[in-house]
Amino acid sequence: MTWIWNNSPALPVVLLLPTAIAIPLFALIDRRLARALALAVSLTTAGLGVLNLAKVLAYGPVHYHLGGWPPPIGIEYVLDELSAFVLLVINTIAFLVLVHAKTPVERELPDAGKHVPYYAVAVLMLCGFNGIVVTGDFFNLYVWLEIASLSLYGLIAVGARKAPVAAFRYLILGTIGACFYLLGLGFLFTMTGTLNMADLKAILPAVAQEPAVAVGLGLIAAGMGLKMALFPLHGWLPDSYTYAPSASSALIAPLGTKVGAYVLVRVLFFIFGVGAATRAFPLTTLIGWLGAAGILYGSILAMAQRELKRMLAYSSIAQVGYIGLGIGLANPLGLIGAVLHVMNHAAMKALLFLVAGNFRTVLGHSDIGRFDGSVRRRMPWTTAAFAVGALSMIGIPPLAGFFSKWYLALGAVARGQWIFLAVVLVSSLLNAVYFFRVIERLYLAKSEAGENAPGTDAPPSMLVPVLVLAAALVGLGLFNAVIVNGVLERIVNAALF
Amino acid sequence: MTDVLLGHYGYWFVFVLMVLGFYGMVVKRNLVKKLIGMNIFQVAIIMFYLSSAVKWTATIPIADPALGTADTALYISPLQHCLMLTAIVVGVATSGVAYALLITIYKRYGTLHEDELLERMKNDLDLE
Repeated sequence: MTWIWNNSPALPVVLLLPTAIAIPLFALIDRRLARALALAVSLTTAGLGVLNLAKVLAYGPVHYHLGGWPPPIGIEYVLDELSAFVLLVINTIAFLVLVHAKTPVERELPDAGKHVPYYAVAVLMLCGFNGIVVTGDFFNLYVWLEIASLSLYGLIAVGARKAPVAAFRYLILGTIGACFYLLGLGFLFTMTGTLNMADLKAILPAVAQEPAVAVGLGLIAAGMGLKMALFPLHGWLPDSYTYAPSASSALIAPLGTKVGAYVLVRVLFFIFGVGAATRAFPLTTLIGWLGAAGILYGSILAMAQRELKRMLAYSSIAQVGYIGLGIGLANPLGLIGAVLHVMNHAAMKALLFLVAGNFRTVLGHSDIGRFDGSVRRRMPWTTAAFAVGALSMIGIPPLAGFFSKWYLALGAVARGQWIFLAVVLVSSLLNAVYFFRVIERLYLAKSEAGENAPGTDAPPSMLVPVLVLAAALVGLGLFNAVIVNGVLERIVNAALF
Repeated sequence: MTDVLLGHYGYWFVFVLMVLGFYGMVVKRNLVKKLIGMNIFQVAIIMFYLSSAVKWTATIPIADPALGTADTALYISPLQHCLMLTAIVVGVATSGVAYALLITIYKRYGTLHEDELLERMKNDLDLE
């Protein structure tokens, strides 16, 4: 037990990476082992996430030296409140999505030979995300970023017929993003001579006036903006999310963009500090305005979509905008809103994409225009969960989505940014328009097939994760004060403004 | 002006290479050429890192008994080279995935030219 306790920061990565390789081997014995292993390892990492968060909250940040090499020579893993919190969110959501994945994967990947690699690549992607969040080394972060991205491209490409084209476009843009990050890191490295985050933070004040440092930071921000699909760098997102298999979109949409946002928060608020980051150029303000533009753009385009998954994809651009807006406010309330929205949006988007997966599996389509009352009578639980997720996206209290918007609005007031406040309020109305359009069809539209709807709701493996997430949205909303006071306040106290 | 140009010619070379790669990725309509542009872009960044490791009067970073290890100015910095080995591996992996995608695209649509591809995708009503 003490061994697990002492090594807990590195364990998620150490477990996930060999499992990703072991899955194809164990599948030679029995194919069903692939999913069982993926579920077991993601449940374990979610459990480790709870352990790590409890550890950090009880004993403060944990520094773990890989191989016993002390930094800045060696690579260290750092668990602080922010990384432990994001790790817990990522691993829990990934576990729920993998539980759900069984039927959609079997249905949407007709070639049974692809099921085993699918789970292997999903675990590899999860490993990449864990590595990005837990690492305390900039170059290590780049490697994890690429591991996660390459897995993402694969997970998207196995989808619909058009999916490889979407995946290729994402690959080109994603690689540009990673290259910008690497180039920016090159500038920072030549100025400071270190790759360790804590070490770099200590050296930065001495060179903060140099233009090269500002250029490096700008390039890193641009690269991460591409990875998190911050407007106007979102071009890869709608097609990728739409054509990916349902299980992949539910993995990628809640987690992929959040990891980019995490890196941005980490660099801006925990390594540079807002003061140093904005000395040469008002970077956070720019991110805030791009976020605000993204909120309006994504919401308006979401209203125009006829297909549920594509609508959710545009909605994701808007939701990433909220995180950008919270970063742009650059005050404690804005940061609370941004980090809270990372969690809330992860739960909401996972729920909504899983619901879209249920519709596709049971009905064979997710066209909003073809939804009517018979869908609701046939799939009462799925539809109810969708309604909860949609109301949370709109921001109806006491659901979780309300509270992140609440903190963003408070942050905007504290900053005197009335336009940001107006954007948050208007976007709630836009959210209401495009989600009520779907709810209206599901609950009020007369079905042409008559009152007796044939068929049943999705199988339990698809319903349970959806209902758990719906309950979680209520729970996260009701216990929001506990999360904010217990974890987020401490994250904000550690941040540099 | 000439000082800026000549004094940093290594960086100008990297800059030109980067712009070339970016041009290929954004402007070229053939997907393979886009990929080649991407590779040029990656190589430019590798060059950037390596050029930052250079010291004119230094030798390769293997401990030489004649030089000793006290004065690090006698050796060029090995760290950037190690980092770029990893970056090269990442680049190879990315290219591998990209070519696999291109093969699938070609099998499905019979073309790798973006305009033709978009035209053929319009007629493909799968999931739309």
